[in-house]
Amino acid sequence: MRLEVIARPSVWRMIGFPATALVLTVVFGSALALLAGANPFQTLGLILRGAAGSQFALLETLNRATPLIFTGLAVAVAFRAKLWNIGAEAQLYAGALMAVLLGTGALGWPSGLLLPAMAGAAMLAGALVLLGPAILKTRLGVDEVVTTLLFNFIMLLFISMLLEGPLKDPMGMGWPQSSRLVPEARLPRIVDGLRLHWGFGLALIAAVLVWVIQSRTTLGYEMRAVGQNKQAAEFAGIPVGRVILKTALLSGGLAALAGFSEVAGLRGNLTLDLSPGFGYTGIIVAMLALLNPIGVVISAIFVAGVFVGADSMSRAAGVPTYIANIMLATALLTMVLAIALTRFRVRWD
Amino acid sequence: MTADSTAQGPVLRLDGITKRFGALVANDAVSVSLWPGEVIALLGENGAGKTTLMNILFGHYTADGGSVEVFGQTLPQGNPRAALAAGVGMVHQHFTLADNLSVLENVVLGTQPLWGARLDMAGARAKLVGLAQEFGLAVNPDARLGSLSVGERQRVEILKALYRDARILILDEPTAVLTPQQADALFAALRKMVAQGLSIIFISHKLHEVMAIASRVVVLRHGKLVGEVAVKDTDPRALAEMMVGSAITPPELRAAKPGPALLELRGVMTPDRGTVRGLRGVDLALRAGTITGLAGVSGNGQAALADLIAGLERPSGGEMQVAGVAPANWSVAQALGAGIARIPEDRHKTGTIADFTLTENAILERYNKAPFARRGWLDWRAARDFAQSVIRAYDVRCPGPDTRIRLLSGGNMQKLILGRVMEVGPQIILANQAVRGLDIGAITFVQNQLLAARDRGAAVLLISEDLDEILTLSDQIHVMSEGRLSPAFARGTMNAADLGRWMAGEGFERGSHAA
Amino acid sequence: MGEILEIFLSASFWAAVIRIASPLIFATMGELICERAGVLNLGIEGIMVVGAFAGWMTVYSGGGLWTGVMVAMFAGMLFGLLHGTLTVPFGLSQHVVGLGITLLATASAYFAYRLALPRVTTPPRIEAFQPLPIPVLSDIPLIGPALFTQTPLTYLAFVLVGVVSFVLFRTPLGLALRAAGENPAAVAAQGLSVTALRMGAVMVGSGLMAVGGAFLTMSAFNSFFFEMVNGRGWICIALVVFGAWMPGKALLGAVLFGMFDALQIRLQQTSIGADVPYQIFLMMPFVLSILALVIMSRRASVPAALMVPFNKGER
Repeated sequence: MRLEVIARPSVWRMIGFPATALVLTVVFGSALALLAGANPFQTLGLILRGAAGSQFALLETLNRATPLIFTGLAVAVAFRAKLWNIGAEAQLYAGALMAVLLGTGALGWPSGLLLPAMAGAAMLAGALVLLGPAILKTRLGVDEVVTTLLFNFIMLLFISMLLEGPLKDPMGMGWPQSSRLVPEARLPRIVDGLRLHWGFGLALIAAVLVWVIQSRTTLGYEMRAVGQNKQAAEFAGIPVGRVILKTALLSGGLAALAGFSEVAGLRGNLTLDLSPGFGYTGIIVAMLALLNPIGVVISAIFVAGVFVGADSMSRAAGVPTYIANIMLATALLTMVLAIALTRFRVRWD
Repeated sequence: MTADSTAQGPVLRLDGITKRFGALVANDAVSVSLWPGEVIALLGENGAGKTTLMNILFGHYTADGGSVEVFGQTLPQGNPRAALAAGVGMVHQHFTLADNLSVLENVVLGTQPLWGARLDMAGARAKLVGLAQEFGLAVNPDARLGSLSVGERQRVEILKALYRDARILILDEPTAVLTPQQADALFAALRKMVAQGLSIIFISHKLHEVMAIASRVVVLRHGKLVGEVAVKDTDPRALAEMMVGSAITPPELRAAKPGPALLELRGVMTPDRGTVRGLRGVDLALRAGTITGLAGVSGNGQAALADLIAGLERPSGGEMQVAGVAPANWSVAQALGAGIARIPEDRHKTGTIADFTLTENAILERYNKAPFARRGWLDWRAARDFAQSVIRAYDVRCPGPDTRIRLLSGGNMQKLILGRVMEVGPQIILANQAVRGLDIGAITFVQNQLLAARDRGAAVLLISEDLDEILTLSDQIHVMSEGRLSPAFARGTMNAADLGRWMAGEGFERGSHAA
Repeated sequence: MGEILEIFLSASFWAAVIRIASPLIFATMGELICERAGVLNLGIEGIMVVGAFAGWMTVYSGGGLWTGVMVAMFAGMLFGLLHGTLTVPFGLSQHVVGLGITLLATASAYFAYRLALPRVTTPPRIEAFQPLPIPVLSDIPLIGPALFTQTPLTYLAFVLVGVVSFVLFRTPLGLALRAAGENPAAVAAQGLSVTALRMGAVMVGSGLMAVGGAFLTMSAFNSFFFEMVNGRGWICIALVVFGAWMPGKALLGAVLFGMFDALQIRLQQTSIGADVPYQIFLMMPFVLSILALVIMSRRASVPAALMVPFNKGER
């Protein structure tokens, strides 16, 4: 068999294959529910209701989507330039760490100054965390996939060390957690009384900004050119190494905002379970969005909905909550295949 | 070919082969027969269907109609092993060899049962050495393939086919990488093989070679077999017209009006970069209003010279002057600023970005300059207007400026690149293999553009592997060998054989000082 | 310093070195086979989780130990089949597919574990592989207890390195595999199927990765728990690079790695360990892996067609 490029794919192909991918994912999820001894329709219904069945559920989904938008954007920006940043998890924790360092009383600033300072410091830290692997890639040709992956483990141990050492909350009854942020360091809620913080608003703004950068600026053009064809970019005089480093700074900064927003908007302190793999899930979010920054918002909400819905379904129907991870990984794999099939025709000659 | 050999029937018979790719008919009822001890040439432009026909013979594609017979046996369709097993060997234009394996490993690959317990390297070595001696194709079996020259690699590619006991040999553009003298040596080896009863199909678009080696010529055009003639009954001009389908008008040449040197190199050296050979003390002057041709076997420093002029490489020794000034920190940006138009060797890999639109590709070299960008912001309207004007002025056939460039044919892609660099009114033009792989219409178009640029005072450096092209277009010719550059030869003072001797490295001890 | 010397002179230390290296050897050989054929398999981390679970579950539900190993290998091959199908004939991004396989495989194993044991808090233990002292050899002081008093799976790991090396460099199949990773067009021109070779390599390689995972539950920890693979897969990818895609050198890398890991565990018990946070020790394997990558970066011997999909008929 071989693949043949389709010059102008039909609308049927463009919609049919991705839709089939989603249907397959749902069918597979149903099969898993059956396997767990539950009624698949009921299970899917419970997931849907848990994700969007009430105002509370919906806000919970949007809250969960917030860090995913940031990590999704981080991955989308990096992957667009073929910088394989799998280290959003580490960058997220770097951002969270800066939020805690500045926000637990070290600076006696008012909110209007303190929050931007925390966000800025977070972005800087995240950017620096990714800059290391990016320099190793551009200077020595060390594959960034493995280095960024390994950095995730190093960072988590580093945070653990801090939480059991200098950052340990004296009032924490011995748990490895940081002190709580001062009230000025907390992101306010968007609407009083509703459990949705400004981190979500910030995420939406970030998505729009990334879209503008990618489609309207020379930097965005450079990033796309380097990602599509490094050799041609170099021939055209685009400074490939520098573009990769800039991409790394932007990507790392975006991922770090996820940590900042989780700490300042939701948790109020830093713990080792701050992120249940938001960095890795960001890859799914970005790929489902076809690396489009606006698409990232939609796919992050979808992915968050599956997680939130599965949590509540699991409590009610007893199907293990890991069904959400399986379905999302399935969606990722079927979707990349579906996208390929919109562009290529399989021929058996 | 003798009378009694025809009595045995053809060794290979392609009968009514038809192959469609969507709406395109790549092969339209093509029938070709090859007789024992015969050399036939398969002639055709790029895209005429030669490669598709060979892919069907070797089972990589399944034909929509027709059959393949080897030594009277019908080959099963779509089985890549069938043709090999029946004794057909192919010498690919792009060698199918692995750089990190040894010569012997490359030859042995796929010849022993896959599930065999152990490779028989000793037996293989003996057979390879024997074949190499028999046909005068010397190679070191233990050399890493990556360390061999292009000519040596071709020998390995041929030996690989002979090792499999091929009785029918198909050579795809085998002389593209050789000097004329090496090509003659290849022809001698081929004649030796024919004398031993092998039959050969020679795929080419070089007419005088076809005349030299083949006894019969089969011409393909747009997937159809349009002619079959004995070599003794035809001449290159007739063949060319058969191949193209119309009378060929050679480019119109006016006398050159040489101006001052716009780009000068004196004793320039550049470092070796991996497989790219550096320059060893090159003296070169590109004068306004002239075309300077650069001949040479690929891999002898042409890439380094092209990279240098394109701004991708800096001299590590010697002096370079652009418009009379030695540039500091030579770079792509400086090269573009100096008005150098750069037509890269590989339009797919370096010239364009496949998934970018025509608009995005049109501004590739000037995306951060006015009018396309201001303070980091892109002006897509200006970019699109520019793309539109290039499309119109250079006759780029495409659905529109928002089309992805990967959907264009090679010729149209090259026209966009040409327009991109020529619209600026360049002083110096670097044309690296500018017409390789194009059909005759596109070739004529590109060559006329280069001549027009020359006539309005630009200095053109024409790098090509096609000696005919060099000899036709150049006002003076240099030859490269092992990173050295020959002195300039004026138009009409050299023929292909003379150039070939320089390409093989002769004359340089004398020439390097004379220049 | 005396404490450190003492560590190096104890047989139990060297036994631990080999024990720690064993699962890495399996998985590294698996990854090496994939990469030699031209496919980067980032599914390794998840496939190890699946192997760990499948092997353990088989034994837990009454199957034999070797049955467990076979089941683990089969499960790994299934995920390899999925990986191969998506990356080889369809030529999808090996990065994305690999990470997707890791997510899918990990989640599947956790899902199945929760399905089988919905309410356990302490992971149940199984009767795992026992050390099998090799007569005579195991009596050699220091070396005997270290090298020749290991479980059968460990011996198998070392035998495997020899087998992989022999197959790659001494058989027609190995030559074809290496050629598929160097220049697939050369393989196709000889009438061999690049797709079949690469798919086979990914499946076999994934099977070996899963056995590496099974080693953890069946020969080291004797039970299955979440996060137990803990980045070992990624480390194996670094080991392949460190070993310059040669089985012998990769083995050396795995043993070196085991040495550092065993050392840090023991250092934690010493006076040094009292002063330095334990996290620093736990970081060492990851830091060392990155260092190894940096050191080896200059010596490129990467299979030339690694991560390059092959689509026949494409020009």
